[in-house]
Amino acid sequence: MPTTASPAHSLTDVAASDSTLRRFLHGLPGVDAVGLEARAASLGTRSIKTTAKAYAIDLAISMVDLTTLEGADTPGKVRALGAKAVRPDPTDRTTPATAAVCVYPDMVTVAKEAVAGSGVKVASVATAFPAGRAALDVKLADVRDAVAAGADEVDMVIDRGAFLAGHYMKVYDEIVAVRETCGTSARLKVIFETGELSTYDNIRRASWLGMLAGADFIKTSTGKVAVNATPPNTLLMLEAVRDFRAQTGIQVGVKPAGGIRTTKDAIKFLVLVNETVGEDWLDNHWFRFGASSLLNDLLMQRQKLATGRYSGPDYVTVD
Amino acid sequence: MSEKSEQQRLSVFKTYKLYVGGKFPRSESGRVYEVTDSKDKWLANAPLSSRKDARDAVVAARKAFGGWSGATAYNRGQILYRVAEMLEGRREQFTREVADAEGLSKSKATAVVDATIDRWVWYAGWTDKIAQVVGGGNPVAGPFFNLSSPEPTGVVAVLAPQESSFLGLVSVLAPVIATGNTAIVIASEKSPLPALSLGEVLATSDVPGGVVNVLSGRTAEIATPLASHQDVNAIDLAGADDVLAKELEIAAADNLKRVLRPQPVDNVDWSTTPGLDRMTAFLETKTVWHPTGSLGASGSAY
Amino acid sequence: MASASAFEYAPAPESRSVVDIAPSHGLFIDGEFTEAADGKVFKAVSPSTEEVLSEIAQAGEADVDRAVKAARKAFEKWSALPGSERAKYLFRIARIIQERSRELAVLETLDNGKPIKETRDADLPLVAAHFFYYAGWADKLDHAGFGANPRPLGVAGQVIPWNFPLLMLAWKIAPALATGNTVVLKPAETTPLSALFFADICRQAGLPKGVVNILPGYGDTGAALIAHPDVNKVAFTGSTAVGKEIARTVAGTRKKLTLELGGKGANIVFDDAPIDQAVEGIVSGIFFNQGQVCCAGSRLLVQESIQDELLESLKRRLSTLRLGDPLDKNTDIGAINSAEQLARITALTEQGEAEGAERWSPACELPSSGYWFAPTLFTNVTQAHTIARDEIFGPVLSVLSFRTPDEAVAKANNSQYGLSAGIWTEKGSRILAVAGKLRAGVIWSNTFNKFDPTSPFGGYKESGFGREGGRHGLEAYLDV
Repeated sequence: MPTTASPAHSLTDVAASDSTLRRFLHGLPGVDAVGLEARAASLGTRSIKTTAKAYAIDLAISMVDLTTLEGADTPGKVRALGAKAVRPDPTDRTTPATAAVCVYPDMVTVAKEAVAGSGVKVASVATAFPAGRAALDVKLADVRDAVAAGADEVDMVIDRGAFLAGHYMKVYDEIVAVRETCGTSARLKVIFETGELSTYDNIRRASWLGMLAGADFIKTSTGKVAVNATPPNTLLMLEAVRDFRAQTGIQVGVKPAGGIRTTKDAIKFLVLVNETVGEDWLDNHWFRFGASSLLNDLLMQRQKLATGRYSGPDYVTVD
Repeated sequence: MSEKSEQQRLSVFKTYKLYVGGKFPRSESGRVYEVTDSKDKWLANAPLSSRKDARDAVVAARKAFGGWSGATAYNRGQILYRVAEMLEGRREQFTREVADAEGLSKSKATAVVDATIDRWVWYAGWTDKIAQVVGGGNPVAGPFFNLSSPEPTGVVAVLAPQESSFLGLVSVLAPVIATGNTAIVIASEKSPLPALSLGEVLATSDVPGGVVNVLSGRTAEIATPLASHQDVNAIDLAGADDVLAKELEIAAADNLKRVLRPQPVDNVDWSTTPGLDRMTAFLETKTVWHPTGSLGASGSAY
Repeated sequence: MASASAFEYAPAPESRSVVDIAPSHGLFIDGEFTEAADGKVFKAVSPSTEEVLSEIAQAGEADVDRAVKAARKAFEKWSALPGSERAKYLFRIARIIQERSRELAVLETLDNGKPIKETRDADLPLVAAHFFYYAGWADKLDHAGFGANPRPLGVAGQVIPWNFPLLMLAWKIAPALATGNTVVLKPAETTPLSALFFADICRQAGLPKGVVNILPGYGDTGAALIAHPDVNKVAFTGSTAVGKEIARTVAGTRKKLTLELGGKGANIVFDDAPIDQAVEGIVSGIFFNQGQVCCAGSRLLVQESIQDELLESLKRRLSTLRLGDPLDKNTDIGAINSAEQLARITALTEQGEAEGAERWSPACELPSSGYWFAPTLFTNVTQAHTIARDEIFGPVLSVLSFRTPDEAVAKANNSQYGLSAGIWTEKGSRILAVAGKLRAGVIWSNTFNKFDPTSPFGGYKESGFGREGGRHGLEAYLDV
């Protein structure tokens, strides 16, 4: 399929053909797994206390894409989620709202109503989430539905099969098409399902591929496979957005998703952001957590900081 | 050949020369000294090497080091075995020289030469085994492949034993070159002729020029500049007395040469099977690390 | 120095209360803490604050003699003990070190100035691991490849440096004891405390009297120990200049000598390197322990085609290093160990500038008391510069470039030293080819500054001789 539109950056000729794209992606610096994991682990030993912890908890809350992606989702469930996103801790109004709620396309309308007027965004997964195994037309229809229903953000999945088969141009073209379908109203998050790409070299290539094709965000995972967001794969993607901006001037966001359940984990990710790309990304416009249970742990830790007492699950809302 | 004609024929003397860089030079000093047998009978003149000869030998040995240490261990083994083959063909000559040098009976000298040939064979077999015996993988507590391998230290100055002019000489020289070092060997001061003749054997045994350099003369005079030479990596003091050994060890500290001190067993009995010590004394251990990692990123967790 | 960010890390100091430093400490001789014969003392100072931590007895010649006699006396029984029993003492020591590791980490950070992150995560785990490793050898020496029933040497005189005080002690004492030797050890004058705490651990472990003796003091104490006629084995880690002096001292004796000396390690980065990991390796290579590491990657050799890009990444990374209170868990760069060392680093970097190299440091505020030096990078450095040849032993990186692998190897080897080197490339055959040509005892490929008790460590050329660690490390303490 020929590319119908090219993103505006200095690397457009990279995607002139399958072979130029392959050469570019395979020419990216390799990743040494042990070194990458050691760096992530080392940053994981940062000790974030008192004022820094308070800052980090509020920042993390504000970065949560509060997510429900179940077959059993109902309007009631989604409304409850929306209410929680807008006012995560009803007992403490200083608690920031989350960044967004994240739902399937058919729940976008309900979600929009639930968060109306709050500034909380509605993100919708699309493109035959989570497998991405559908014809492009079907995927684009999925995206159109979500956008038409008012989604502020679209979380698409790439075709991992095509990527692993080396058909990078196919993956690229799909992202470009989805980007176009999102129009100007929705920001596009591109999910790589890093657990399926398997190697760090692939994750770096996918990151660049996604950004070249116009992703506003690159996102680790669907949350539906065994390995989702990890500090090393997120660190690697942060390096990619840092390098991409250095080369093109375009800033791209990062969203680790799945498996981040505790405040301690979330703070580790914020440390990665702080020390890899710096404060330009310390904002929910550029960094998100795709999570559900994380929020309550953040809230309990926030209460602990405020009161000095350890909180318990009965003191946060369960939806 | 009749008795008469034998009396008439004047034998041809051999001019003994140094062996440096694969060539047979005289001492640049032009000096020689008289070598006598155990009964003080003149045998030949030998070159009386100077400091400059020592320096030239270092240059030759350094030049040869890259090729010799870079040769395959198998190749070095073949060459050392070739030395044994060549010696076997010249047993008579060396038996005579050793008998003269050390005052041995013909049968005893023959036994010494045979043992010396066998010593070359022994070390020839070691070239491609020593790394397996003294090197190996180290099970480090982390995701790393870690391998220690022995490597030759470089240019080694060898003071050959003073008494055992041939078996002793080979017993200290062969382990040095078996592992890929190059050598400057100072022959027994009193009995240098077997060593100088050995040079002729080495030259025809595919040993590359410069791998072994043989100097004759006053041990102390030659050894002193070698011990302090900054481009010599190690020194074997087998042929030094206590006073000289101490002086040389002090000089060797200037560039931290590896020093093999005279061993209590030296000059006692060279005929016993050697251990690894004379090889490991001139080996460095190099340890190389590399990450192993996992097959993919999936296995990583918090 | 971390650039002002909205995400400011609040101070996170490790508690000092875990360690109790007595106002004065004696020598440890024959199982007892004792004053020096001449009553001399010196002060242990915290390099990050210049606070006096304790007053330490300073061993003189008479004390050296007393300690060697105690060690000699203990040797007879200790060496005759079944290896399995010696092993159990070492296992006990390893366990007690693990139990007391937080205390020892804080102590080491106070006395040395290095970040608690390093003492906690590197020094102490490696110390315990070293004792564990050699403990296991004590009853297996017949299988170590040195013949049947290899014998110990006798009394080992050991002199260690201040950069890894307790780890260097472990590297010296663990193999010595496992093989049946007894020990007189002199810690560095600027870092005596952890060795004295170790003496206490020996008592807790019930180690027989005289097997380990600790003699704090200056260079003259070390010289007296090494020259003592009843010492059979000398082991030294420190500067090449002192190493040469020691080699001269023991010349003509039967004392067995091993030396672990200076280095000027080349960290070689090829154009196909895993760049982000290479940057981390460069940083760890020269800024780990403030660069006060003999195997530091103090010369960065970068392929010219990627030099600008790599330097940009490196500078960006250096700007995130956090310098300050060594006890703060988030500190990356601690204090320089002493005023003397700081003066040496300062002098050499000034010479670097005077010789025309270009100096760069990230914006960095240094604490007002204590000994501090900002991470520093020199570009436009050639082989002829002093800072490319002399060991600085500080957080100072000299950057040189090369064009081809041949040139990289030639430049890396062009040094009087030969301790360590690094290779960064994704091409396996290049790693093996370059590693084979480098004249250095430890080669880290696609990693740097990794240590393990099973892995032999030591140098080529003027970086010393003998190996510490692994099976190889036994040889230094056996009569073979």
